[in-house]
Amino acid sequence: MNEDSPVSLQGEKTLRSLNEATVLFAGDSGDGMQLTGSQFTLATAFALNDLSTLPDFPAEIRAPAGTTYGVSGFQLHFGSVNVRTPGDEVDLLVAMNPAALKVNLSRVRRGGAIIVNVSAFKPHNLKLAGYNGVNPLEDEHLLKDYQVFEVEVTRMTEDALKEFGLDKKVIDRSKNMFALGLTLWLYSRPIEPALEWLSQKFASRPEILEANTHVLKKGFHYGETTEDFVVHYRVAPAQLEPGIYRAIRGIEALALGLVAASTQSKLELFYSSYPITPASDLLHHMSRYKNFGVKTFQAEDEIAAIGATIGASFGGNLGICATSGPGLTLKAEGIGLAVMTELPMVIINVQRGGPSTGLPTKTEQSDLLQAMYGRNGESPLPVISASTPGDCFHAAYEACRIAVRHMTPVILLADGYVANGAEPWLIPSTDDLEEFPVPFATKPNRQVDDKKVFLPYLRNDDTLARPWAKPGTSGLEHRLGGLEKEHETGSVSYDPQNHEFMTNLRAEKVKKVADFIDPLTVYGDTQGDLIIIGWGSTEGAIKTAVDRLRGLGFTTGAVQLRHINPLPSDLGSVLSQYHHYIVPEINKGQLVKILRDQFLLPFASINKIQGQPFKASEIVDAAVDHMKSM
Amino acid sequence: MRKPSRPPGRGPRISGPSKSKIDRKAYSSDQDVRWCPGCGDYAILAAVQRLMPQLDVQREKVVFISGIGCSSRFPYYMETYGMHSIHGRAPTIATGLKASRPDLDVWMVTGDGDALSIGGNHLIHILRRNVNLQILLFNNQIYGLTKGQFSPTSEIGKVTKSSPFGSVSPPFNPISLSLGASSSFSARTLDRDVKHLTQILKRAHAHHGTSFVEIYQNCNIYNDGAFFEFTEKATKPDRSIFIEHGKPMLFAKESKGIRLDGFRPEVFDLNDGDVSVDDAIVYDETSLELAEIVSRMSQQPSMPRPFGVFYCEERPTYEQMLQDQVNEVTQKRGSGDLDKLLHAADTWTIS
Repeated sequence: MNEDSPVSLQGEKTLRSLNEATVLFAGDSGDGMQLTGSQFTLATAFALNDLSTLPDFPAEIRAPAGTTYGVSGFQLHFGSVNVRTPGDEVDLLVAMNPAALKVNLSRVRRGGAIIVNVSAFKPHNLKLAGYNGVNPLEDEHLLKDYQVFEVEVTRMTEDALKEFGLDKKVIDRSKNMFALGLTLWLYSRPIEPALEWLSQKFASRPEILEANTHVLKKGFHYGETTEDFVVHYRVAPAQLEPGIYRAIRGIEALALGLVAASTQSKLELFYSSYPITPASDLLHHMSRYKNFGVKTFQAEDEIAAIGATIGASFGGNLGICATSGPGLTLKAEGIGLAVMTELPMVIINVQRGGPSTGLPTKTEQSDLLQAMYGRNGESPLPVISASTPGDCFHAAYEACRIAVRHMTPVILLADGYVANGAEPWLIPSTDDLEEFPVPFATKPNRQVDDKKVFLPYLRNDDTLARPWAKPGTSGLEHRLGGLEKEHETGSVSYDPQNHEFMTNLRAEKVKKVADFIDPLTVYGDTQGDLIIIGWGSTEGAIKTAVDRLRGLGFTTGAVQLRHINPLPSDLGSVLSQYHHYIVPEINKGQLVKILRDQFLLPFASINKIQGQPFKASEIVDAAVDHMKSM
Repeated sequence: MRKPSRPPGRGPRISGPSKSKIDRKAYSSDQDVRWCPGCGDYAILAAVQRLMPQLDVQREKVVFISGIGCSSRFPYYMETYGMHSIHGRAPTIATGLKASRPDLDVWMVTGDGDALSIGGNHLIHILRRNVNLQILLFNNQIYGLTKGQFSPTSEIGKVTKSSPFGSVSPPFNPISLSLGASSSFSARTLDRDVKHLTQILKRAHAHHGTSFVEIYQNCNIYNDGAFFEFTEKATKPDRSIFIEHGKPMLFAKESKGIRLDGFRPEVFDLNDGDVSVDDAIVYDETSLELAEIVSRMSQQPSMPRPFGVFYCEERPTYEQMLQDQVNEVTQKRGSGDLDKLLHAADTWTIS
């Protein structure tokens, strides 16, 4: 832990100030670790710290208890400084059972603290965790570099609830509240947000509410009274930009961004989706916004979801669908139809580990090339990405704007990390959200002899977008379809010259999006030794790496690409200011292929394909190695 | 049973009300119709173009959505809004359109391969949802546009380019399938009986919900005469039975009837001794049980093939329920306020 101030005494306990800390809650997937983590997050937000989270859970809903593959974790990095990643190393691990310790020990920094629920360290659990015959708590060698606190979480929870007359299952489920209470005390977080949350959650079940409240307070008081903990910590409020904040998860921010786009464009939103991890949560959020005129359609499959989106967009709605990796593959043909019919819609892909079913609950950035090229024929479309949980709002808004302004399907790439992660979010003022009313076609657009006709593929000069004519508009009846279109008339055409012309036109239309993109913002030095080029959820790790590299004496800058297709038109001039170019990605190197295709520069790729986001240190080390080797 | 040979000429003469020629024009697009000469699709197109002006609907509200296949070229020939989409997916596009724009009059045109093979999943789901639109399934029991492979309605033993030794895939019975998928309106008609076709289309349009209409359609190139047994003068009376709600099930110029032996339908001859019209089933299109039994007659070679409305049930439509929910929640919570929504969480202020 990064200690910055002298020790002060408070009662018999020592209160020590920290700049930042990283806590990891880990236990069985049924132990409620995600809940514990999110409540700690809320309390941390109320303590006015900056924060970043990394929920990490198995694909199985209730994997066999006690096993290493059933371990669910929630990592949270918070501080009074800029916090951009969930933390490279863990300062405090809360391990609810031996498996949680086994899986996560390597993430704890040397000298870090570990609270173990010692009640769970029984022979059966030890065996399940693969600690054959040896209790790690008795293994002096294994834990010698850590401060270990053995706390009888399960037993004390049981004792606390002895008089409540609850069944064993309910009692067992409350033990995470003990761990939460203790950790809140340890970092001087307010307990009130969690109490408030409990009273709302269990409003209709007073006995459960009372039990959980009791255990939560017990955990908090245990910290105060036990002699085990002589030191606890304080993390001063972060210096954030003034304004009104809330904690937000990426998936929530996506939902709000879509609703905002619907409101500001005055288009009715039709959201269509088939349940898939980790995108399903977006469907859950969207289905609540009925009073914003949002219609949600849970389709029979991924293909039906894109089909319904196309139908809704044809009808003049803001058609949106979201999916994850394999779902995007299934949608490919439908997206091709959207490219050909030039209808506006947004396809959100919350990426996960692949190929095939891959790692449903783990993060990866490996669908970029699929988004770019994964359709038959020459089928270009704009691709944009979201870089932080809060940024998901702005990315969703931008995707909708591009779609309707340029009459094209847009793919928005998020990933499991950015979608499930949370951060404090400066709530945007709705006045700052630029409205984008849509000019639907209302009358014929061409005079042919003495007749006025409507040409559905006549182009706008600036964008090359075609007009959007809603069914129901008299005189504009027209037919769309997947067959090649004749320029301007939109009639079916097999003419060789026309096909080449239209193929080029569709590509040119997408390129023109670049005319409407804001100039790039460089983080760090605008010229010098090194530029790091990233996209999507790597932003936090990259910015932190830039700070450290500059600290090491390297002049370093970074750009995080919101727009990947087309690339911003000033990217070339930005790149020209540096000697070295590195591209960190949670894949085998996909953006780097796109960059190499467009710029003759020696881009170096940094890759990680472990279902986990980058640590800033991994980027720093790779960057230094790269510069040394050149 | 021997099938009759193809009658002379290019199919039946289409007749309609005298003024229909002018009206039909309003619904004919400027595109050249590119089906093979003699194709059954022409008769259906003509019937639909003639019917539209008779329906109480504005042309700009009409949308034809199709998938892929010969039948799916249909929207290009209609001077309405339309989309010729991708193989099997018309139900999904039609659902998205109608669910978001309940004011539109949506028609879906599909074929046996499009609807029952590649799009089978979407078909059953649109039926169960009961989206208010008309599905016209042109069944010619063959893949036409890909040049003659057996389809999911081709009979076992069918010799085609992809089954030179005969198909070993049992066919679907589209009407039974639709009933199994909770269709609220299932009917069968034929391209070569324009009067019946028009009458069924009219009823389908009037029905509030998904109207599933199977149309026997002759592919004169790859499966010529597949339905002549039921459609041609020489055999039609004996091989077809036209069912109507409230009327006895009679055929063969009212000389034969269908009665029930337990759950089993059987043919009886009215000229045979002590039977009368009263012995025939009085068709009840509101009875799902009867519809199931009668739809299965199609798989019994000894039975005449039934045409008409098998089943009709009024129940809430998908788009209506979706809209109702939006209205209810809006009434309860008030119209959405974006600013409030963005702040609808625990917030804190940093000054």
